[in-house]
Amino acid sequence: MTTTTPTALPTEERVVRREALYFAVRNPKLVIGFSIVFVFAVIGLLGPVLLDVDSPNEYVAMPMLPPSSEHWFGTTTQGQDVFTQFVYGVRTTFLAGAIGGGIAAVIAMAIGFTAGYRGGLVDEALNMLTNIVLVIPTLAVLLIINAYLGIRSVGMQALLIGLTSWPWAARAIRAQTFSLRSRDFVDLARLSGVGTPRIIAREIAPNMSSYLFMTFILLFGSSVLIAASLDFIGLGPTEGVSLGLMLQNATQWSALQLGLWWWFVPPGAAITAVVGALYVANVGLDEVFNPKLRET
Amino acid sequence: MLKVENLTKVYKVGTFGGRTLKAVDAVSFEVPQGEVVSLIGESGSGKSTIGKMILGLIPMTSGTITVDGVPVRAGREYYRTVQGVFQDPFSCYNPVFKADRVFQLIKDSYYPSVSDKEWAERVHVAIEDVRLNPREVLGKFPHQLSGGQLQRLLIARALLLDLKLLIADEITSMLDASTRIDVLNLLAELKTRGLSVLYVTHDLSLGHYLAERTVVLRSGTIVEMGLTHKVFDGPLHPYTRQLLSSVPRLHAPWEDAAAVETCLYHERGGKGGLYEAEPGHFVACAQLDDCQGEPS
Amino acid sequence: MSLRVSDLRVHYRTLRGDVKALDGVSFAMDDGEILGLAGESGCGKTTLGKSLIRMDGRMRHIGGSVELDGRELPIGDDRAMNGFRFHEISLIPQYSMSAMNPTRRIGKMINELLRSRGVTLDREELERRIAQVGLPVEVLGRYPIELSGGQKQRVVMVISTLLDPALLIADEITSALDVSTQKAVAKALLDFRDRGYVKSMIFITHDLALTAHIADTIMVMYAGKLAEKAPTEELIKAPKHPYTKLLINSLPEIGVRFEERKLEGIPGSPPSLLRPPQGCRFRDRCPLASEQCVEEPPATEVEPNHYVACWKAA
Repeated sequence: MTTTTPTALPTEERVVRREALYFAVRNPKLVIGFSIVFVFAVIGLLGPVLLDVDSPNEYVAMPMLPPSSEHWFGTTTQGQDVFTQFVYGVRTTFLAGAIGGGIAAVIAMAIGFTAGYRGGLVDEALNMLTNIVLVIPTLAVLLIINAYLGIRSVGMQALLIGLTSWPWAARAIRAQTFSLRSRDFVDLARLSGVGTPRIIAREIAPNMSSYLFMTFILLFGSSVLIAASLDFIGLGPTEGVSLGLMLQNATQWSALQLGLWWWFVPPGAAITAVVGALYVANVGLDEVFNPKLRET
Repeated sequence: MLKVENLTKVYKVGTFGGRTLKAVDAVSFEVPQGEVVSLIGESGSGKSTIGKMILGLIPMTSGTITVDGVPVRAGREYYRTVQGVFQDPFSCYNPVFKADRVFQLIKDSYYPSVSDKEWAERVHVAIEDVRLNPREVLGKFPHQLSGGQLQRLLIARALLLDLKLLIADEITSMLDASTRIDVLNLLAELKTRGLSVLYVTHDLSLGHYLAERTVVLRSGTIVEMGLTHKVFDGPLHPYTRQLLSSVPRLHAPWEDAAAVETCLYHERGGKGGLYEAEPGHFVACAQLDDCQGEPS
Repeated sequence: MSLRVSDLRVHYRTLRGDVKALDGVSFAMDDGEILGLAGESGCGKTTLGKSLIRMDGRMRHIGGSVELDGRELPIGDDRAMNGFRFHEISLIPQYSMSAMNPTRRIGKMINELLRSRGVTLDREELERRIAQVGLPVEVLGRYPIELSGGQKQRVVMVISTLLDPALLIADEITSALDVSTQKAVAKALLDFRDRGYVKSMIFITHDLALTAHIADTIMVMYAGKLAEKAPTEELIKAPKHPYTKLLINSLPEIGVRFEERKLEGIPGSPPSLLRPPQGCRFRDRCPLASEQCVEEPPATEVEPNHYVACWKAA
């Protein structure tokens, strides 16, 4: 059959893809949002490589220096270079977002797809679990876990965030699956002898790929925020540096009172920019994928 | 061929299934080999539920369904011989894939060892069997094809298997008049190949055009069944008469439904089941339900 | 003369260009006339109905005019049309179930609706009309969810015609209903006309047999154009356009059986209205087509009130 050869991509498929791309590159929200995220991602990815320092927490210069050509973002009260910390912090932030958001997305998909497709008792049980996790005050639980277990690494922190932030996404995916599973093509796949996991993966999921993508973006953003909040209140990882830890240190050493604005403005602005840009891009994506929202 | 006995479906509604709803109530009928039987009913009559239960897409509450004497076990082997076509052709195709993917699913499940080249030939033959031009319909997305073409492709899909029984659930109700009749003719021709067809419909004239036997359903029970010409020319149940008188006919004005007389069979022991009024013509007791009421 | 549509052109804007859904349609309706608008999906019948009352965002009025009782309707101007809607022209939508606010009791909803239109409710008249369509007056105290599809459809019919509009547009209002309900709704429509609640009515449907029971005149459309328009009896018994003939011949009626008389469909499918072909649009599917059909046939009056757009019909 001609369809099985991927080389012969029919014109129409290209047209459909081009249509999404057409709106994507013309959507200012999407372009601006992703550009900002991209810039920070490049900083986090390449920055530490280019800076070539052993540890971002080294004492390298006089304390409390304002921004200069030597130290772009100035130094802390201990004489650490703020720019170096910032670059490493951005990397940590993306790591927290990717791991936390990724774990949450995987759990949300597993539970959402199963509950939505199976329905009945399975659905009610999973729904109950989701609702329980949903109403647990996540931050409080993380506080307790952090306080008792102590968190050393960024990865551990991201894992805990991922394990607690999936419920709303699971509910959304469940609702989508629920409406898709009543479509006749699911029945037709069953009549073709296709098993349940394959039906979910090959029939239902492709229909909500854009939706899943947006869910991941939102989970990524919220993981970044939660990680920053935890760091800020002193429950962040004890090793390394993150934007939230920078803020916490700045507060602890009274940067505001001492007028060391270069210490807390960059990390604060970066968190706001990354999360804000993700949300703006998400709105843009919504407009691209949902023809009804397209402004013609 | 197909034998349905005392088929019942009870839905549990409300949280934790607090209330029950009887959608199908002790329905028994047969579809002989090489015949079309039409299952006629209005919305809420349970006709589609019966079709879906025969296909094993929803579980039955009680009763038996046998095909050639073997009780139904939904699964890959069962679907080799029993297939379905549904009402909405656009909902039967996964919108993100090309329409001919339905053939690929059949190949993957049932004929994995057949070479691609031979399979392509078989698909061509099947498509020509349903009077379509393979070059016009292969390699296209569902939205690029018409409803009639899509329904015929689904019939072609079923023909690729060792089909014995086809459940056709309202397959023409979303098609235009000028293409609808071609799909109906195709169904009628299946029986000349020795296939059996259960044609589920709300449209009496279409059922009359096609079927050897007619089963009239109301609120989950059979009110009348028998050879089509007997049911249509001499309807015995007041509900059947009322249905027949409501059908708009092109060349004749609406006639008022015959007044509901007292049930002829009530005293002759027809209560609870079907009474054989003449050979091959069964009717339910009219006093068992409220058919004297105005339709709403 | 109650309604006069001349050379109406309405296009849909899409990414790939304009879809010429309605491409030069002219017809007139008398007072008291019920016009059955029939045709297959995509023929422009719903577009025509919508253009007369409310265009949606993608529709554009390209040309032509609509006159109701001598006044020209500003159909391209959504605001200016507000004065006409409900008062002069009213619509019964296809899915009346979604037309009603589920959180309001029906009586209260009608009251609010009328007030928003600057009219006070005549409760007695409302109750009389509810009774006329065969519903108990108690439905006014119920929520929409408590009513069946046919009951809701009839309630919406009453609401749409409360102000005695000159023109009522009924768009596929029976296609989601069961046959017996369908009959009741159709009879209620006829009754509305006979009592003068509406002056004239456009009944849009794909079901030719049903139209034949309601309409005085039937207009068959094909691919955005008028194919044939004639008094009901004449159109059913002596159609002149090849499309109408084939369409009528493809309808299975009770009495026709596959074994005895095999019906035939119309081969092919309607042309794309993105780039409609030159000349007669039915040409590709028409058994009578000839060279002449490359030129577009005008809708001509071959017999009194019988218009056909076909070179072979005259």
